Amino acid sequence: MTVDPVTLAAILAMSAVTYLTRIAGLFLADRLVLRGRAKAAFDAIPPAVLFAVVAPTALATGWPETAAAAVTALAATRLSLLPVTAVGVASVLAFRTLAGG
Amino acid sequence: MNAPYPVRPASVWAEARAGVRDMAPVMVAAVPIGLLFGTLCRAKGLAPAEVMLMSSLVFAGGAEFAAIGLWTTPAPIAALVFSTLLINARHVLMGVSLRPKMRAFRGWRLYAAFYFLTDESWALAERRALTQPISATYWFVMAALLPIAWVGSTVTGSILGPLLGDPKQLGADFAFTALFIGLVAAFWRGRVTAWTIAASGAASALVEVTAGAPWHVAAGATAGIAAAYFAADPDPADGKDAA
Repeated sequence: MTVDPVTLAAILAMSAVTYLTRIAGLFLADRLVLRGRAKAAFDAIPPAVLFAVVAPTALATGWPETAAAAVTALAATRLSLLPVTAVGVASVLAFRTLAGG
Repeated sequence: MNAPYPVRPASVWAEARAGVRDMAPVMVAAVPIGLLFGTLCRAKGLAPAEVMLMSSLVFAGGAEFAAIGLWTTPAPIAALVFSTLLINARHVLMGVSLRPKMRAFRGWRLYAAFYFLTDESWALAERRALTQPISATYWFVMAALLPIAWVGSTVTGSILGPLLGDPKQLGADFAFTALFIGLVAAFWRGRVTAWTIAASGAASALVEVTAGAPWHVAAGATAGIAAAYFAADPDPADGKDAA
């Protein structure tokens, strides 16, 4: 049961900033009214961040990864999270085999 | 529980049962995702104790997946905090919306209650608030069940993960990417999201190739958010959605 001090610091910092986002709404409940473009920008935060994390793997690694990402996106329009993940893993394996490695 | 607000004794069990009933399917869905997360943590070198700390203290799946995607040793604290802040910023709007429906919670109990705010507990509470008040019993039973499933499955995954072999051989190194693409789909709102994804992906891939990790996250996020701002209709046609 080892805990690295830098890892612990990172976890505590992530925990603190997450809790702040959870309670921030309590102070803003009567003040924050987002509309139009500001609301669209706020709503875009989760997908923008999530895709930014994986874009290098999906777009700049090799054609098997990019092809598998496309298949996964297609699956995501119809299936729930777990089947989508399974489709992604299976398709990257298939495309890597086709690519010869 | 020592509730200072009125709770009719006869209704406490019914409220607790409703909380279990509502959260149970979510717990079942969380277990495989948690096992996957624990496996990925272990592949990045995190010990089960560290996984347990992260899952119980941060307790926000999307941000944790992003964090483990960015993880290097030693941990890049600034990049992790920035990514966590951006991904969890949606909690602010959820809190704004839920606060007026939780008038039964006073003082520190309100702050304790919001520790358990997640996409899932928020959605279930909003749904319940359509027909009845959200009692402390309902909220704490419902919302606190999820961390049990999440912490248990992530720690189990981090322990059992190495038994599964080389992640790349199994294609498991791509599981993240696939999972995130699936998560992005959950936030899909049509044209504006398409611009968001295109800008985020292009900026992220470009910056990763030129400047390297972890700056691709900030670059992609900024580009995606800006794209959404300019792609969206400037008219406040849907103002009441803000709450």
